[in-house]
Amino acid sequence: MIGQSLSLVGLQKRYGEMFAVRELSLDIAAGEFVSLLGPSGSGKTTVLTMVAGFDAPSAGRIVIGGRDVTRLAPNHRNIGMVFQKYALFPHLTIRQNIAFPLKMRGKSQKAATSRRVDEMLELIQLSGYAERYPNQLSGGQQQRVAVARALAFEPPVLLMDEPLGALDKKLREVMQFEIKRLQERLGVTVVYVTHDQDEALTMSDRVAIMCNGRLMQCGTPAELYRQPSSEFVADFIGRMNFIDGDCLDSKGGKTIVRLSEGSVLNLRSVGNDRDCRCAPGKALRVAIRPERIRLVRRGQGGAEAFPGVVDASVFVGSTYIVVVRLADRPEASLHVQIAADGFIPFQRNDNVDVLLDEEAVHVFPLVERCAA
Amino acid sequence: MILDVFASPAIRSYSAAAGIIAGGAAIGGILFFLLLPTLIVIPMSLSETNYIEFPPRGLTLKWYSAYLSDPDWMAATWFSLRIALATTATATITGTMAALAIVRGCLPFRTALQALALGPLIVPHIVLGVALYLTFSPLQLTGSFLGFLVAHTVLAIPYVIITVTASLQRFDPTLELAALNCGANRLQAFFLVVLPNIAPGVAAAAVFAFLASFDEATVAFFISDVGGKSIGRKMFEDIDFNLTPVIAAVSTVLVATSLLLMGSVHLVNARKPRP
Amino acid sequence: MTNFISRSRSHRLSFRRLSSYSARFYSLPTSIVLATPLIAALAIGFLYPVLKLFALSFSGGTLAYYRRIVAEPLHLAVLTGTVQVALVVTVASLLLGFPVAYLMARLSKGPATVVGACVFIPLWTSVLIRSYAWVTLLQRNGIINELLIDTGVTDGPLKLIYTQGAVILAMTHVLMPFMILPIYSALRALPADYVRAARNLGAGPLRAFVAVTLPLSLPGVFAGSVMCFVLALGFYITPALVGGPGSMLMATLIGQQTTVLLDWPFAAALSTVLLAVTLLFVLLFRRTLSLSKGLNSVY
Repeated sequence: MIGQSLSLVGLQKRYGEMFAVRELSLDIAAGEFVSLLGPSGSGKTTVLTMVAGFDAPSAGRIVIGGRDVTRLAPNHRNIGMVFQKYALFPHLTIRQNIAFPLKMRGKSQKAATSRRVDEMLELIQLSGYAERYPNQLSGGQQQRVAVARALAFEPPVLLMDEPLGALDKKLREVMQFEIKRLQERLGVTVVYVTHDQDEALTMSDRVAIMCNGRLMQCGTPAELYRQPSSEFVADFIGRMNFIDGDCLDSKGGKTIVRLSEGSVLNLRSVGNDRDCRCAPGKALRVAIRPERIRLVRRGQGGAEAFPGVVDASVFVGSTYIVVVRLADRPEASLHVQIAADGFIPFQRNDNVDVLLDEEAVHVFPLVERCAA
Repeated sequence: MILDVFASPAIRSYSAAAGIIAGGAAIGGILFFLLLPTLIVIPMSLSETNYIEFPPRGLTLKWYSAYLSDPDWMAATWFSLRIALATTATATITGTMAALAIVRGCLPFRTALQALALGPLIVPHIVLGVALYLTFSPLQLTGSFLGFLVAHTVLAIPYVIITVTASLQRFDPTLELAALNCGANRLQAFFLVVLPNIAPGVAAAAVFAFLASFDEATVAFFISDVGGKSIGRKMFEDIDFNLTPVIAAVSTVLVATSLLLMGSVHLVNARKPRP
Repeated sequence: MTNFISRSRSHRLSFRRLSSYSARFYSLPTSIVLATPLIAALAIGFLYPVLKLFALSFSGGTLAYYRRIVAEPLHLAVLTGTVQVALVVTVASLLLGFPVAYLMARLSKGPATVVGACVFIPLWTSVLIRSYAWVTLLQRNGIINELLIDTGVTDGPLKLIYTQGAVILAMTHVLMPFMILPIYSALRALPADYVRAARNLGAGPLRAFVAVTLPLSLPGVFAGSVMCFVLALGFYITPALVGGPGSMLMATLIGQQTTVLLDWPFAAALSTVLLAVTLLFVLLFRRTLSLSKGLNSVY
C-alpha cells in the first residue's frame, strides 16, 4: 500500500473580499477514497489546487503523511493528479507521457523506467498504444493514460479533478469501476472532485459536501443519506420532502411539531440533535425521504396519520411516485415512493392517510440555508 | 409594354450578370495592381536589354552573374545576412522571454511595457533612423555589425512579441501545471512542455524577425556608412543613381527568399495543429 | 552544508506573501529576469536614441529650430501636405481594399487562397523592391509610358514619376495589405447567418450589405484605416524613390536635411514634430488600433 494520510487544517482561500474556501478542516486516512462533492463554485476544485500546490492557501495547513507541505513547491509535493481534460502532453507519445514523471524524478534507470511504463500500460489495458499520440486515442483511453501518468511514480496521494466529466454516461460508469479497482489495488489515498452525486456515492469511502467554500458535512454515503446534518445536505443528496412547521414543545428527546391546524407530528426519542435545534415557538423545517412515507386509505392510518389528498400518481419503473397534499394545507405536497409490485395505485383526489416513519424524520431550523 | 420587358426576369438576370462581370473585372484589376509590381522584377531580371522592355527581348542570367561577381553587392549581401541571422537570434530570444513575462508573469506596468515594446512598429522608421544615427555616430557604431544588431533587434522585437504572445495565449496552461505536478521544475516545464507546444509560433516569430532585419531599408539607410552597408542601403543607392537590371536580379533573389520563408510559415500554421 | 540549505530553500515557494502564490504565474523575480533583455534592448536601441534626438532638437537651449519650422511656409505646407497624402492614401486603400477583403472572406477555400496570395505576396515583399518596381514602371521610358505611346494615347512620354500622383499610387499599393487584412478578419468573424437572416427578413442583397455587413465590418475598417494612416505619415522609402521635389513629405524633408544639408538639429526638430503628430493620432485612435489583430492575420 502506497497511500498516506492527508490532513487539511483550517484551510482558507480568499480573493480580496471573496472567500473561495473558508475554514476547511478534513482528515483523510491513508488509502481512503474521499470525494469532494458540491455545486459548481462551491470551492471543491480550489481545495484540490491548494493540495496540489498550484495555489497557496490564505490560511491553514496541508499535511501529508505527517509532513507539512503548505509551503512546498508543487513539483516537490510528490502528489499525483488527474486533470479535468486530462492535460496529456500533446507532443509526447503515450509512453513518453507516462515516463515523464519518472524522468523528472531521475531516480530510476532507463530500463527500470521502461519496465514501469509497460506495467502501467498493462494495468490500464492499453499496452498496444504506447507509441501513439494522445490525440489518436479516444476520450476514455486518454483518461486512463492520465490516471497511469499520475500513478506511475506511486504517489501517496492522488488528486482527481472531475476526471470523468468529459465522458458519456455509459463510459463514465465503466471508468468509475476501473478507477476504484486501481485505487483499491494500489492502496493510494484519493481525493476526488465531482459534482455528480451518484459518482461520489458509488465510488467513495467518504463524501465531503461543500457549498460556498464551506465543508457542510463529511461522512460515508449512508451517513449522509440517513443523517444529513443540514438542510443543504438533506436536499443535495437523494430526494427529500420538506414541510415547514412550528415547534410546539421539545423536551427529553420528545418533540412536537405542528404542520397545520389538524396535523401535529409527535416525534419521540429518535433523530440527531433535535432538542437543540428546536425550541418551543420556533419555526422549523421537517424533512423526510419519499420512501419513508406510507399511504393508506383514509381512516386506516390511526391517530398518528395525517389526512391527505392524492394529487398525482406516476409509474417510474420499479416504483410509483405519488404526490400527496395535506388535506388542510394544500400548498404542502409530499412525494411518496412506493414499491411497484402489488401496489394498487391511488387515483387523483383519493383521500388517504399519510404515515411518516418517525425515525426518518429530520428537523432543521428554518433560517438555516447553505449560505449561512 | 416597355416596362414589362424591363421587368422580365431574363433582362434582370442579364443586367445582374453584367454587374457581376463588371465587378469581377474591377476586382481583377485591383488584384493585378497588387501583384504586378512584385512580379515585374522577375522578367526584368531576365531581360537582355539594359532598359526595361515588355515583353523582354531574349532571356539571360547575366544580371545574376553580375550581382554575384560584384564585390560591393556581395559585401552588402553577406553583411545583411550576418546581421539578419544575429537579429533573428537576439530578437526571438528576447521577444519570447518578454512574451512569457507579459502573458504569464506578474509584473507591474505590464501593459505599459507591452505598449513600449510595440513602439518601434508605430514610430516612423525615419525618426528612429535619425535618432539611431545620432546615438551611434559619436560611438563609431555606424556601419558596424553591433550597431545594426541593436537597431534591427529593436525593430524585430514587436513582431516576435505579437506572434509568441498569441501562441502562448492559445497554449493550455494546465499542461504546465501538469508538468509541475509530474515533478518538473519551471525550467524543465518550459523546455519540455511549453516550448515544444508553442514552437510553431516561435518559428514564425523567427522568420518575421529575420525578414524585419533583412528587408529593412529606412533605418539601414541612416546607420550604414562606407565601411558597412546593408543590402537595403546598397539597393536604395543604386535605384537612385545607377538603375540597372542587376537591381532586378537582387530583388528577385530577395523576393524568392521572403516568399519561401513566409510561405513555409504559412503552411506550418495552416496545417491543423495537434489538439 | 550551504549547498543543502540553498537546495532546500529552492523547494520552497518563493513568493514574498505566500497567500498570493499561484503556480499559474511566474514569480516576480522570474518575471523581472524574463523582461530584462527586452527592457535593456528598448533602453539602448529605442528610448535613449529618441531622447537624444529630442535633446538635439532643443540644442542651444532654444526653440530656434521649432521656430524655423513655423516661420517657413514651405515647412508647414509639407506638414499639412503629409497629412493630406496620408489621408488620400488611406481612403484609396479603403476603396480598393474593401472589395478584395470582402471577396476573400466570402469565397470558398480554393479561390480565397488565390485572392489571399495576391494580398500576401506583396505584403511579404520588401517595401524597397516594390518601390523599385514602381520606379521602373513609371519612369520616362518605363512600361506604362511605352504602353501609352504604343497604343497611341500620347505621342511623347508623360512625366509620371517624381510626382505627387506617383507617390500616392505607390504608397497605396504598399499599404493596401494593411487595410485588407483587418477588414478581412472582421468580415470572416461575421457569421454568414446574419446576412441570410437579413435576406430572410426581406432585405435585398444591397440592403443586407448596407444594413448588416458594412456596420459589422467597421471595427476592421477603423483598424485598417488607422494603421494605414499612421504608417503613411512616416513613410520614407517610397516617397524618397518615387517622389520628387514637388511632392515633399515630412519624411523626405527630414531625409533631405540629413543627407543633403547635413542640418541635424533641424532634422531632429522635424523628426520630433513627425513623432508627436504620429503619437497624437495613435493615442486618439488607440482603441481602434489593434496591432496584434492586424499582424496575426498576416500568417
